Amino acid sequence: MNTGFPYLTVLVLLPAGAALLTAVLPSRSRALMRAVGWAGSLATLGVAVAATVAFSSGDGNFQMVTVHPWISALGISWALGVDGISLFLVLMTAVLFPVAMGGSGRHGGDKSFVAWMLLLEAGCLGSFLSLDLLVFFLFFELTLVPVYFLITGWGYERRGYAATKFFLYTLGASAFLLVGILSLVGLHAQQTGVTTFDVRQLASTHLTGTEGVLLFLAFTAAFAVKAPIFPFHTWSPDAYRESPAAGAVVLAGVMAKLGTYGIIRFDLELFPRAVVTLAPVLLTLGVIGIIYGGIVAAVQRDLKRLVAYSSLAHLGFIVVGAFALTGPALSGAVLQMVNHGIYTAALFLLIAMIYRRLGSFSTKDLTGLQRKAPVLAGIFTLTMLASIGVPGLNGFVGEFLILSGTFLTHRWWAVAATAGVIVAAIYLLWAYQQVFHGTPTEKEESFTEITWREGLYMAPLVGIIVFLGVFPGPVLNRITPSVDRLVTHVEHVAHANIPAPGQPVVAASHSANGGNK
Amino acid sequence: MLHAAFLIPLFPLVGFAVLVVGGRRLGNPLAGWLATAMVGLSFVTTVVVFAGLFERAPGRRSFTQTWWNWFSVDRLHVSAGVLVDPLSMTMALFVTGVSTLIHLYSIGYMEHDEQFPKFFLYLNLFVSSMLLLVLGGNFVMTFLGWEGVGVCSYFLIAFWFDRPSAASAGKKAMIFNRIGDAGFLLAMFLIYERTGSLQYQTVFARLGHVGGDSLVAIALLLFLGATGKSAQLPLYPWLADAMEGPTPVSALIHAATMVTAGVYLMCRISPILHLAPDAGHVIAIIGGATAFVGATIACAQTDIKKILAYSTISQLGYMFMAAGVGAYVAAIFLMLTHAFYKALLFLGAGSVIHAMNDEQNTKVMGGLRALMPITGGTFLVAWLAIGGVPPFAGFWSKGDVLLNAWGYSPALYVLGALTAVLTAYYLGRCYMLVFSGKARWVEARATGDGTSRGHAEPALEADTSNPNVPHERIAAPAGPASHGRLHPHDPGWVMTVPLVVLAFCSVFGGLINLPFHPSFVFLERWLNPVVGRALFNPHLGAGSEIIFAVIDAVLALFGVALAYSLWRTAVYRREVEPTFLERAWFIDWSYDRLLARNSTRMAAFTSAVVESRVIDGAVNGFAVLWRRSGTVLRRVQTGYVRNYALGIMAGLVVLLAWVASRTFS
Repeated sequence: MNTGFPYLTVLVLLPAGAALLTAVLPSRSRALMRAVGWAGSLATLGVAVAATVAFSSGDGNFQMVTVHPWISALGISWALGVDGISLFLVLMTAVLFPVAMGGSGRHGGDKSFVAWMLLLEAGCLGSFLSLDLLVFFLFFELTLVPVYFLITGWGYERRGYAATKFFLYTLGASAFLLVGILSLVGLHAQQTGVTTFDVRQLASTHLTGTEGVLLFLAFTAAFAVKAPIFPFHTWSPDAYRESPAAGAVVLAGVMAKLGTYGIIRFDLELFPRAVVTLAPVLLTLGVIGIIYGGIVAAVQRDLKRLVAYSSLAHLGFIVVGAFALTGPALSGAVLQMVNHGIYTAALFLLIAMIYRRLGSFSTKDLTGLQRKAPVLAGIFTLTMLASIGVPGLNGFVGEFLILSGTFLTHRWWAVAATAGVIVAAIYLLWAYQQVFHGTPTEKEESFTEITWREGLYMAPLVGIIVFLGVFPGPVLNRITPSVDRLVTHVEHVAHANIPAPGQPVVAASHSANGGNK
Repeated sequence: MLHAAFLIPLFPLVGFAVLVVGGRRLGNPLAGWLATAMVGLSFVTTVVVFAGLFERAPGRRSFTQTWWNWFSVDRLHVSAGVLVDPLSMTMALFVTGVSTLIHLYSIGYMEHDEQFPKFFLYLNLFVSSMLLLVLGGNFVMTFLGWEGVGVCSYFLIAFWFDRPSAASAGKKAMIFNRIGDAGFLLAMFLIYERTGSLQYQTVFARLGHVGGDSLVAIALLLFLGATGKSAQLPLYPWLADAMEGPTPVSALIHAATMVTAGVYLMCRISPILHLAPDAGHVIAIIGGATAFVGATIACAQTDIKKILAYSTISQLGYMFMAAGVGAYVAAIFLMLTHAFYKALLFLGAGSVIHAMNDEQNTKVMGGLRALMPITGGTFLVAWLAIGGVPPFAGFWSKGDVLLNAWGYSPALYVLGALTAVLTAYYLGRCYMLVFSGKARWVEARATGDGTSRGHAEPALEADTSNPNVPHERIAAPAGPASHGRLHPHDPGWVMTVPLVVLAFCSVFGGLINLPFHPSFVFLERWLNPVVGRALFNPHLGAGSEIIFAVIDAVLALFGVALAYSLWRTAVYRREVEPTFLERAWFIDWSYDRLLARNSTRMAAFTSAVVESRVIDGAVNGFAVLWRRSGTVLRRVQTGYVRNYALGIMAGLVVLLAWVASRTFS
């Protein structure tokens, strides 16, 4: 099973080890701390790139699987694996952490800051790679701690309120997840006599309709808060707003994906019938999120809150793609998770640059910046257009796949979601006009162009935005086999268990459904 | 040599890339020359490919070139590549040709602008996008170009972004276009659902399985996209505001090329429209209505660029009318000739605006013909051409459209004929106000302080609140000191050469598709394999064609005469410039009052009440409830989140350490 180098275990332990190293090193030397942070996160990136290269496309199953029994009596094991759905989330995480550390400015040399960031990276990577539900849960919860301390330690004015709200809200929702996991494992043990937390074995558990729905709700509660999905989102504008730049990048870029990833990995895999039953509800929440997020974003005067609500809208697209249950929509959702991570991170970093120069996030205080810093304005424009979904940049491909795939099975949801495309243009262009257009006042006189250092960590993001817009093939080729496997699994289980009166059981394909409308 | 097709959009894209990296180092005027050369190369390549296509037999003049697989999931395959056929090459030829001339002109026009390299960078990106739009081999490639030109239009309208009006106009254009784009997207989803493909040729081959209602829906959704891009009712108001952009931009993007993309799209999907006559009906009616409404508004505008903008809206309406009735060749014919004379009109207007130190109000111009003979002469040619005076290009192309309209419905013809009279009239009014009569700018400038733009009439001052009257520019974007007396004169050769070339095309452009004898209709024979023959006037013989030609000529001359008699000496005639028309039928105003303000209010309410009070209120209320009910457990719970956090942390560290030790043991 283990194919040579243990990429995945190293991916998780490397940043954790670096965090530990930071903890024991003397805190005086800020340069040393910075170096450890860079080295740890860049080495992790190197391993992630190597794992991506080693990943064989065309195979939809888990690869590089590592299983080490941990608590054998309880069936808990250190089981890691990667497939097309998690691969690029891992790579994106590995890219965003060094970038976020680069964008964190002065406190990039604080000992505890570096340590928390590295630990957070380990938690995120562990969540994406775990095949064992309990190990997943531990990593999933572990991520809360560093974020809490990052917000309270290096955040803005209302950091205490924001951090507490974030922590308690997500922790509360996770309680449901833990109960769900234990119940599922219990049911599985009853049926087979085997106690295991391995998601691959638990997928074969037979669940009655009610059991499935209840377990689905328990799991989804945690993921819906984490993502967030409307109406469980109100912690996020506060948390994003009060976080330091690096925290906001990781929260919106990486940790939001823990929620949507959890839905795709665990809900779809473990409760296909409940997913099919409740898909209209989740699709509706997704669509509401798209429209509602856009509308609320349109009246925000604070750039970070604006991006937070825009994020809610974009996550709505991902949720729609996940529950449309077609190949294109689900592939689009996975791709869009990566896309959203990249351009949202870029937006938060750009906003942080503005704050560093002028000390404000408010559109009321900012004007005419394009005159002072055309290059920075150009990068902002590119990122904004990617976020709007202009073709040729990365946001378009994901959005197009999601919407065209959703249209096949859930036409009217897709139509409503398409309206979100209009709204996205309104709030982002409005904000751009307020901040970058116009004539600079004396306040903006001191505004300076993007520095080389800032350009250095923006460059990979800009490159990815353009590359994935023009040439997403290499990424999609690795995503689709896993997505196809999952869609087939959902259709198979969901339809096989439904007694079809008077006719043989046929796995009705979505295209046939669509054609009859 | 057909394989060189990929170079057509590539040259301007390379120009764009070079200017992004080194535009500022190249500077003025080198950056402009580089951009012009790139578009020129693209034009030459287009000519070569066009010639190669021409040499082939008529049935073999269509081929696809696939560059790479853009994205592909399940049956959804979207390749990056082009479709080379007579329609796309005709479009590419006039787009590159007109673009080259306007690039050249811009070198002179933007001479004093501090953002000179950036202007050409956007312009090259625009040309590349426009070429992808017309050459795209599938709906998604066309959409790529479609959005690309929209984005460039946004950049270029807001080019002088320190003027709030320009910034707002750019945003407005983008948002109106996005509304149309939603229609385009939905059409693509429906096409994919019904045919399993988005490649033009595959889709058209499978139309038999699609079903009538779906075809109508697809056609109308794409038309919704077209109304946004091509400024048709009800999504037209952005185009008038788009005049905030530099004048070469108005000529290139908002007259000759981008705004015709919707018409191109209708011709491209002609196989769908053939099978969906109901959709054609809607398109023809909207087109006819837009042609008429646009022309009436143009009659009462005072800003030279606004007159031309509403004229463009009106002419585009004609083109949609033609496409709606199935006369695709007529639509393309009008598009080509319109590109010549409308670009000419805008470039002429640009010369005038330059000469008048950024004055755009026709009421304070006058008497420029003698001072600017080349500009005046070419503007006169353009007026007669767009007015439909024989034998200028517009006479033939507009006549073709009207003839087909008659075959479809006499009512449509009457609407078109009325518009024809108005067209000859309002441009005549414009010409008279600018080029003949007294030189009113002499006293206007003498009384003004030289820095603000002098309005001759106090009545006009009150109009600054009017969204259809140009806002004062905060700073003259280009130009020498505006103090002292004006000395209007023709611009240098880089600006006059394009004027003369376009004037030549406006005179002789009709030659590509003359009626009367089947051997003269070159354009029709060239395009027919793509768009098919769809004439609704089979009963019209050569005799009736001549009768209609005579009627057209009389209508045009009537309009010209009307303009001459009313505006030869007069400057103000409120009786023919009613406020209702000056304010553009109050359409934009009502959008602002009814839609924009109410939706802003609604959004504010959503944020302040629904979000903050209801949803977040519930969350915080729950937290308060929890804290109060938890007094019993207070001894166990410290209530400090950091203690919980550290507790979790400590537990996890221990567990992970154990995991690690087991992993490596």
